[in-house]
Amino acid sequence: MADPMKIRAAMAGDKVEVKVLMSHEMETGQRKDSKGATIPAWFIQNVTATHNGKTVLSAEWGPAVSKNPFLSFRFAGGKPGDKVIITWTDSKGDKRTDEATVS
Amino acid sequence: MNTSRRKVLKGGGGAAVLGLAMAAGLFRSGGAWAADWNKAAFDTKSLADAVKAMGGASPVESKDIVITSPDIAENGAVVPFTISSKLPKTESMALLVEKNPNILAANFAIPDGTEPWVNTRVKMGQTSNVIALVKADGKFYYASKEVKVTLGGCGG
Repeated sequence: MADPMKIRAAMAGDKVEVKVLMSHEMETGQRKDSKGATIPAWFIQNVTATHNGKTVLSAEWGPAVSKNPFLSFRFAGGKPGDKVIITWTDSKGDKRTDEATVS
Repeated sequence: MNTSRRKVLKGGGGAAVLGLAMAAGLFRSGGAWAADWNKAAFDTKSLADAVKAMGGASPVESKDIVITSPDIAENGAVVPFTISSKLPKTESMALLVEKNPNILAANFAIPDGTEPWVNTRVKMGQTSNVIALVKADGKFYYASKEVKVTLGGCGG
């Protein structure tokens, strides 16, 4: 099981700014190991963020997103105390969901 | 003798995992994530092909899209980008790196109420043009910027 995400959600003016740091190898499928065998690709493909049951951001990622991906975005209609839930799914079908409270 | 034992073990294990997944209700969502990922778009090598794979055609250059990034990236494995769009009805924003093995790096769907502004980090194999592709009101627009890389981030 992957390590938990670090999520910060804070008010920035009238919007909620969310910052997420995920823990993932994001293997491209381009690299070779010491024996010359290609290391198979393994990366986060889908990321979804929801607030009060509404999707506020959904992303499709390729292997070009950096290792231990960082993502930041802003949405309207949130207030302190609300929960933001983030889920990712990787190319092996692994999933991870974490949540944060807006401060 | 040994191989048949392996087969039995494998078969048993697979069935148990499947049963568990179905019991937990993961099976349906498991099918959904595969469909949500636009494999055709992530396999493309050029802007025109990527736009085609997303169901559009002939993107127009726009000054309303802003890419913020370092001009020179010392480490191609982690290049920070902020893309924002002032185009009305922005529906999605994608980040493309022209000289990477596959051009499309990330695609974000922006629902109503979410600011057309995202910040993320991507890998760059070498110095390349980076393109922000925005779908607004059903049409595709783009802006591009050259980023110099002194140390590549794709295998190298």
